[in-house]
This record gives sequence, structure tokens and C-alpha cells, in this order.
Amino acid sequence: MKGWPFRVYAVLLLAFLYGPILLLPIFAFNDGAIIAFPLSGFSTRWFEALWETDALWQAARNSLLIAAFTAVLATLLGVFAARSGSMAGFRGKGLMLGFVMLPLVLPEIVIAVALLVVIRQALGLDLANWTVVLAHTVITVPFSIAILNGAFASLDPSLEEAAMDLGESRWGAFRLVTLPLVAPGIVSSLLISFIISLDDFVIAQFLTGANPTLPVYIYGLTRFVDALPLIMAMGTILVTLSITLLVIAEWFRRRGLARAGVASTGGFL
Amino acid sequence: MTATPRVAARAAPPRAGAPLIELSGIEKWFGDYHALRGIDLTIRQGEFFSLLGPSGCGKTTLLRTIAGFEAVSKGRMLIDGKDMAGVPANERPTNMVFQSYAIFPHLTVAENVGFGLRREASSREEKARRVDDALAMVGLGGYGGRAAHALSGGQRQRVALARALILRPKVLLLDEPLSALDKKMRETMQIELIRLQRTVGITFILVTHDQEEALVMSDRIAVMFEGSIGQMDDPETLYRRPKSRKVAEFIGKMNFIPAEVTLAGGRIEVDVQGLGRGLVEPDQAPAGAVAGRTVVGIRPETLGILFPGETTDRRLAPGVVDEVVYYGDMTYYDVRVDGIEAPLTISNKNFIGEPVLDVGTRTQVIWDERSLVVLPA
Repeated sequence: MKGWPFRVYAVLLLAFLYGPILLLPIFAFNDGAIIAFPLSGFSTRWFEALWETDALWQAARNSLLIAAFTAVLATLLGVFAARSGSMAGFRGKGLMLGFVMLPLVLPEIVIAVALLVVIRQALGLDLANWTVVLAHTVITVPFSIAILNGAFASLDPSLEEAAMDLGESRWGAFRLVTLPLVAPGIVSSLLISFIISLDDFVIAQFLTGANPTLPVYIYGLTRFVDALPLIMAMGTILVTLSITLLVIAEWFRRRGLARAGVASTGGFL
Repeated sequence: MTATPRVAARAAPPRAGAPLIELSGIEKWFGDYHALRGIDLTIRQGEFFSLLGPSGCGKTTLLRTIAGFEAVSKGRMLIDGKDMAGVPANERPTNMVFQSYAIFPHLTVAENVGFGLRREASSREEKARRVDDALAMVGLGGYGGRAAHALSGGQRQRVALARALILRPKVLLLDEPLSALDKKMRETMQIELIRLQRTVGITFILVTHDQEEALVMSDRIAVMFEGSIGQMDDPETLYRRPKSRKVAEFIGKMNFIPAEVTLAGGRIEVDVQGLGRGLVEPDQAPAGAVAGRTVVGIRPETLGILFPGETTDRRLAPGVVDEVVYYGDMTYYDVRVDGIEAPLTISNKNFIGEPVLDVGTRTQVIWDERSLVVLPA
């Protein structure tokens, strides 16, 4: 059979990528307290234990709050950047956009340490949820811009002019024509920023205040061997949530492109 | 290339309405780039006016300044007697058909066409009726419920027209509206646009780089080069009496031959290289023509070939066929006339029984001094 080495390669690659993650639900629903084969039977007791842990609820609430604020802030900044990038020409635009996208490749720990120094040493402020929101905004803005650039770039610049020509003000043209056409991109950007913030550990570990975020709380649990099944259960929930949000985000992104009548040019899914 | 088609609709005489758009000394700079250089222009009510020129000549910029999308750097613009300085696009009595049509893809056809009525106070029924009327006018009756992104190129063009005309603007601006259509559709739409313009009686300003399109559709044409108007005339004058070599080269095809002008008692005599001497009327020469060396232009279709066995009492010049291009209805010959360096292009309508000459055939070129146009040296 022709091409079988590629099939083997594909299977191995997928196993390498997703094998460890598949272990999460297996042990999350396992009745034993030790993470090892053979399995000792189906149980939802670890999920029940999670449900009853107050500190976990507190951490989850924190994480969701931070993720929500981050998503809104990053998307708002992303809309401004993408719109000015796609519609206006100005001196140093390329350089400017390059710098805006830089956090995408900077090590998170570098950003975390730099922000910690600025907030604690330079400004003398206390760490709190809002410091995490700011830091998460820094790392999510490039994603937001990348998504929204696609949405804005596929727009014909004549559309807003046409709306103004037909009597609308500049704001009216933006609201009635541009906004509906980029709305799917905005939803997609909100969801992606939300997931990135929710999943982040490094930055939250450095900048979190008195109340830890979910990933920081989970990391704290790893010190206790008997908490491992709990972590497995929590990991299962988080992975499910992330994949669901990502799929929804991609669906919105594609719908936006279809609405503007252009073909997809890559994306996150 | 075939001869310019004449449309029956154009037989009506151009209406001489009151001046509607008056531009004087319009200048436009984009940074260091001088896009418009002193445009003076008056367009009358009801006129079909075209801005014609190669890409980058400033024709679209001029259209966009009239629409209000670009502010002029200097100069005065009046529309219907009102100064347009500082008046934004949404408050001008102009509407535009964009090159890309700019149909709102998230709206239906009816919502697109009715977009401009959003700000009007009339009732919902009244607006719906006007949308229906506008769609019927462009031949899209019953299409109102369709999604805009599912339309063909020709249908988009019609939606764009209906959307712009529904507000009854004083001026309709058309930015290369036919360039995205295929040749057949383009020719159909040219004639439809002329009919539509006659029906609604609105002033149309068309931007195009297609000289044939401009000749077919316009009452008057301004030919633009590098930000200025090279010549402004009706299509026939522009074609038959170009005032400069640039205009002559841009509109249609033209042979250029060196010549010597002599003025003798109010008469203009030209000695055309290879062809001979002839007298021309004052309108065949630039105003204030002076004696001396210059160039004359002569169109391919005003020259002829003397076929074997034919006789004529018209003027002849001997030469050798250098190139033959057969188009079916026409044959284009390049003939090297004795005494002229560049071969002359001659377009010949193919009559029944007339042979197509071979390259290298010795022949006679028929010419007429009445079709010469003397150009500035």
C-alpha cells in the first residue's frame, strides 16, 4: 500500500500529542487513589470531592473573572489596532504592528518578571487580580489582533465609504456596516483571549495576589500525592472547556469570513 | 480593434442645461505627490460626462473630491451653486457607484437598495414602494429578498445603481463601473446606462480608462494626463480633432507622419512626408498654427488600399505591405510607404470578393487631406 509510512507517522504524532491528555479522563473516572494501571473501577468521586472544595470554587471564580476582563480588554485594543492597521496608512505602521505582535514569541516568564518588577518595585503597587488582568491582556492582545486583522482585512474599504455616501455619519457607517461584518471576529477574539487567560499559569503564578487562579491552585495541589486524582478530574474539566470554546471561536471566525464572502486563509483550528 | 460602435440612443442632441458642477483651480496633494494640477471644469445639468485617462492620471481622485471622500488642497468646487468646502460626503447631493460596487454583504438586496432611506421620515410602506421602483428601474424587480452576496457581477452592478439612484441625487458618480464585467455584459450595460441616464435625467460623471466606453456613452469627455486635463470635447471632436499628440495616441489608433507646414494668405498648406502636399481647413490645425516642421496624424480607417484592378481619382502613395492582421470583418495592413520611415496602419473593411493582400505585395495607399490633423510639433 502506497503512503503507509505517512499513516504510521500521523498515528504516532497524534498519540504523542494527545496520549497524555487522554490519561486525564481515564484516571479522573478511576476509583483508585493511586495513578497507576490496572484501573480499579469507574467512579465520579473525585468530581464530587472537587465540588465540595471551597478553595477550588474561589480559585475558579477568580480565574473566570480575570479571563472575562482580559477578553474584553484585549478585544477592545485588538479592534482599534486591527482597524487602524487595515484602513489607515501611517508612518512606521509595519514596525508598530511588528512590536504589537512581539509578545506572541516572548517567553512568558520574561513578561511576568518584567511586569512584576514594574508593578512592585517601580510603582510600589500591591499584586491583585487586576495585575493579572493587565498581564494577561499583554499576552492575549497579539492573538486578538491576529484574529481581528483577518476580519478587517477581508472588508472592502469602499463599504464604509458607500454607507457615508448614502447619508450615514462616520460612526453610523462603522456601526451599521463594519461592526456587523467583523462581529464574528470579535466573538472569536473574546473566546480565544478568554481561554488563554484561563489556561495561563506562569504569569498568574508571578502576579497573582492573595487569591490564586485555578492553574496556580492546581499547581499548589501537586505537592500532595493524594490530591493527584483531583487534579486529573479538574484537568478533564478544563480540557473539555478549552476545546469547546476553541471550536466555538473557530466557528464564529469562519462564519465571519463566509459572510464577507471570502475563503478561509488559515486560523487556529 | 473595431470601429467605435454608434448607439442609437446617442442620436438625441446633448441637452444644454444650467451649470451644475463648477470646479476652478482644483489642486490635490497627497504628501509630496501632486495628484490634481489646476482642474477647471464645468459640468451641466443632465450631462453624461466622462473623465478618461490612463491609470494614475488623477481621474478617480477628481471623482472622489467631488464625492467628498477627499478634501481638495486648493481651489473652489460648486455643486448646484453651493460651495462644497468642508461639506462631508454624507451631506453632498451626490451618490456613487463604486468600482467594487461595495454591496453590503450582510444585507439583502432590498436592504442594500433602501440603505439611503434609513434617515428619511417616510413610512415603511412608502420606503418599500420606492425600493421596489428602484429595483424595477434597473431590471431587478422581485430580487429584493435575495442575499446580496449571492448575486452575479452584473446584478451587483444593478443593485449598486439602484442604491445610488434611489436618493435622486443631483449627480451620479460612477467609478469604472463596468471594468469588472466581461465584454458582452459590459456592452449591454453601456447601452442600459445611457438609457437609464436619459430616463432619470440625472447628471452622470463616469470615470474610465476605456476610450471606447467613453466615446460610446458620453456627451462630453475630459481626457486627463498626470493630474491635468489634456482636452475636453464631445466624442466626435475628440476623436477627429485631437489637439495634441498625447490625446491622439490615447484615443483610438493614429498614424503620425512628419510634415512641413506653410502658411499662405490665411490658408494652411502641409507637405506630408511620403504622401505629398495638401491644403487643410483651420479646424484641422491647432489654434495659431505656425509654419515649420511638425507632425500630422491620420486615422487608419481614413486610409485605404487600392486593390489590383481598381482605379480611383483620389490621392495615392505607393508602398509595400509589411504586416497583415485579419480580424474577419476588418483587415489591418501595415504598409511601408516610400519615403516614410514608420509603416502606416490602414484598416480595411472586408468586402465580398476583395482579396486579402500578402506581405510583400506592392500596393497604393489611398489618402485624403481632409482627414489629416496637424499636431503641435
